[in-house]
Amino acid sequence: MIIEGKTWKFGDNIDTDIIIPARYLNTSDPKELARHCMEGIRPGFAQEASEGDIMIAGRNFGCGSSREHAPIAIKATGIKAVVAKSFARIFYRNAFNIGLPIVECEGAAETAKEGDILKIDLDKGEILNLTQNLKFKIPPLPEFMKELIADGGLIPHLAKKGSY
Amino acid sequence: MGMTMTEKILAAHAGLEQVKPGQLIKAKVDMALANDITAPLAIKAFKAADGKKVFDKERIALVLDHFTPNKDIPSAIQCQEVRLFARQQEIVHFYDVGEVGIEHVILPEKGLVLPGDIVIGADSHTCTYGALGAFSTGVGSTDLGAVMLTGEIWLKVPPSIKLIYKGTLPKWVTGKDLILYTIGDLSVEGALYKSMEFCGEAIRTLSMEGRFTMANMAIEAGAKNGIFAVDEKTLDYVKPRAQRPYQIYESDSDAEYLLIKEYDITHLEPVVALPHSPDNIKAVSEIGEIKIDQVVIGSCTNGRLEDLKMAAAVLKNQKVAKGVRCIVIPGSQQVYLEALKQGLIEIFIEAGAAVSTPTCGPCLGGHMGVLAPKERAVSTTNRNFIGRMGHPESEVYLASPYVAAASAITGKISHPEEVC
Ligand code: SF4
Repeated sequence: MIIEGKTWKFGDNIDTDIIIPARYLNTSDPKELARHCMEGIRPGFAQEASEGDIMIAGRNFGCGSSREHAPIAIKATGIKAVVAKSFARIFYRNAFNIGLPIVECEGAAETAKEGDILKIDLDKGEILNLTQNLKFKIPPLPEFMKELIADGGLIPHLAKKGSY
Repeated sequence: MGMTMTEKILAAHAGLEQVKPGQLIKAKVDMALANDITAPLAIKAFKAADGKKVFDKERIALVLDHFTPNKDIPSAIQCQEVRLFARQQEIVHFYDVGEVGIEHVILPEKGLVLPGDIVIGADSHTCTYGALGAFSTGVGSTDLGAVMLTGEIWLKVPPSIKLIYKGTLPKWVTGKDLILYTIGDLSVEGALYKSMEFCGEAIRTLSMEGRFTMANMAIEAGAKNGIFAVDEKTLDYVKPRAQRPYQIYESDSDAEYLLIKEYDITHLEPVVALPHSPDNIKAVSEIGEIKIDQVVIGSCTNGRLEDLKMAAAVLKNQKVAKGVRCIVIPGSQQVYLEALKQGLIEIFIEAGAAVSTPTCGPCLGGHMGVLAPKERAVSTTNRNFIGRMGHPESEVYLASPYVAAASAITGKISHPEEVC
């Protein structure tokens, strides 16, 4: 799986109340959620981000609430992947479960400038910063996570196994 | 090689003799939980996976606590979806307006979560039940949908951090201050992916309420779970409530910890988390004059009877400052009733506070006390992120019920000694 796109850069400890404020959680409609994504710190982000873009962040991205609405909102803005120095654990699970690939890579997250073009190769396990001509290795995913992604997320994975 | 109590619980639920940090396991779930915000998505996931019947209708709790009583039409629709599902699936532990309380207050209160359990909740503060010696952690809705279907979840065994609290709790210092102080020390990512084990003499003297408060905020340091050893206080709490057998696990003396920290709390003062992070901690005496517009006393962190007693002790025969809105929210109907019987509600109303039916309400900026631009609140809740209680330009200061009540009286963030 290869994801290539323009980056949007955010800082450390971006919490789920920033990603999607709780006052909008009276719906789970992805489009509606996307409209308010990041509005507390970057008003208008959802309107400016375009299909295929990549989000870059610092440490502990997605900390706070367990709301799956957070990765759903990001995905619905058109963002195709998030690269961060580290992720909060519930966010990490949620993103995979709903099919938003996220990658922990200190180097790529540190060096990327907003607007850089990144190419993430999940199979080869590398990230290329095409703007700055940099290359970073990323750790391979555990087997069951590859399976999840290949099946398109946790639910299709379970549906495939069937017999409940 | 010894194991921590967290490792023992995980091993037992995975049918293994031994587990190690980093190991991926598939574990059986004793109780699964979702609320009115996370359940609709979990139900959607359950149905998308072609789910027909939940794995066990007695092992799922659905709690309509966040935007209830229904605050607007979209939240009414969300609740309606959950009500319907609960009825169809004959969910035994379904709680709606009239008997509902905040999920993490009522599950222990009703004896639905017990020592040695694995509890998985679609809510990040599911870690609260660690106070009972259970392994409990938050997940998202899709994970929960899968748990409702299979009764199992994949987990990575976390490494553990041991936190030892020495000395005795000074006056006005509570479990809330201990946990805020700890998060300030570790930072909001200090325990990322890890287990926090709370122990030491000060913990043994702490009430169950104080322990729930501490376990509740383990997530604010990034932790996967927080856990306390089971002692007499735990058993006194659990025995009259439990309706099924439970198991007590203890950490071995040769268990391995990634980090061991000792805190001497003898000289600790009441602390506050300043905006916009729960690790932005300062002693109340050091923050200078900060005027406030609102005080919230409640939530799954500090909405239990002892918390209301603390607030009432400060507010008795006092008045809420002019220009300050003080909102008190009992965490459950039982807490509400007990507070009524003990005269606490009367104290609040006479002081000029508003008392609400149990709900999460203002804790997440939902309803019942949302903040306007530039407004400041002192709150006994657990998060002070940007926009958490309302407008992105509002501010939240996290504190204990003592400090919150004292601040309501003076109109600025105050040490309880200023008014008592
Ligand atoms: S009281 Fe606040 S933190 Fe607790 S469950 Fe409700 S919204 Fe979440």
